[in-house]
Amino acid sequence: MVIPFASRLPEFLAEYQKPILADWLDLLRATPDARLPAAELEAQCDIIITRLAQSCRDGNVTTIAAPGFGPLREVLTELSRTRAVQGFSPTETATFLFSLKQPLFLRLRSLLEAEPAALANETVTASELIDRLGLFMMETFQLAREEVIIRQQTEISELSTPVVRLWQGILALPLIGTLDSARTQVVMENLLDSIVRYEADIAIIDITGVPTVDTLVAQHLLKTVAAARLMGADCIISGIRPQIAQTMVHLGVELNVVSKANLSDAFAVALRRLGRTVVSQKPSVATHGE
Amino acid sequence: MDRIPILKLGAALLVTIQVDMHDRLAMALEEDLTNRIVEYGAKGVLIDISALEIVDSFIGRTLANIAMIAKVLDAVTVVVGMRPAVAITLVELGLSLPGVRTALNAERGMAMIRALLDDEAPTLADES
Repeated sequence: MVIPFASRLPEFLAEYQKPILADWLDLLRATPDARLPAAELEAQCDIIITRLAQSCRDGNVTTIAAPGFGPLREVLTELSRTRAVQGFSPTETATFLFSLKQPLFLRLRSLLEAEPAALANETVTASELIDRLGLFMMETFQLAREEVIIRQQTEISELSTPVVRLWQGILALPLIGTLDSARTQVVMENLLDSIVRYEADIAIIDITGVPTVDTLVAQHLLKTVAAARLMGADCIISGIRPQIAQTMVHLGVELNVVSKANLSDAFAVALRRLGRTVVSQKPSVATHGE
Repeated sequence: MDRIPILKLGAALLVTIQVDMHDRLAMALEEDLTNRIVEYGAKGVLIDISALEIVDSFIGRTLANIAMIAKVLDAVTVVVGMRPAVAITLVELGLSLPGVRTALNAERGMAMIRALLDDEAPTLADES
């Protein structure tokens, strides 16, 4: 429903900017938050009110997507981003902006006491404006949170897929955590790049740290093994825990790859294939500082 | 039409693919290579694909076919120098080339062919 009247909100905002800000700050100070210093809060409120008054100046009050609202949207985006990073909850973030309603409505009431019809109209308009701004802020808040999550995911996947060079021509890939398609892709790329870099003949994939192996994970493992083979490197899988061995057999998963109980057995096999042996020697005494 | 050169190196044939493979080129290579294996009585075929950046399912299948044809004609095929991206693509396409031997680079591929031929040589000597 469109109310056919010219809102006087811009005019009020421009004129009573300072008192509205003071009222709002009084209200916010009643519930202080340790994460937000008073000075910073004041600065934020000040810039929001100022930009709000500027944005409404050309009489367009509720279309916040209009170019006139650009500067205000910028401020709100920045604000919700910092709050998302600081760990504010969605409710806290939204309540911050919605708390502007109270001082604004009280101001409208005292200004328009003699004209009830105008008061109702202005209240509806102001409420709509604040709601839209609040929703906009929530949207950017959500986006910022998602960005944080995505960044963390990439960091985790990079952290957890190191390729270790055990010996000349032998690589180890200790896998930790659940293997999904995206991680397998990273693992595979890392392994293949390392095979080229270290001219490896044998890669040992250690799955001690993989909590579950279902048909999908097994398929991912097999893909990695097949890709390594295409590059001319053989794979050995090690560290299959008893429960996982049971699950795999019950699921009918077959890994047609050499598998060894633990990393050291796999390493021994790899050394033998490269024609190297480990021999015992008289232990040398470790001397510190030499 | 362009053709991929096939070089004779002892008992082996050396094929280096330096251009982007298209389907007709792949088919021509398959035909040429078959003829050369018979002509020279080659025992090994080394295909270097280190310059190949794009591989589709057809090229992948042609490589597998070449390996199978060579096997019928009593020659081993070693594909060398596959790039990581190409390996991932082939695996995702479901073409893990089960009948093809692979090596990291041409040097190792040649060593592999030599080792395989050496394994066979004594039996030949014994028979004669």
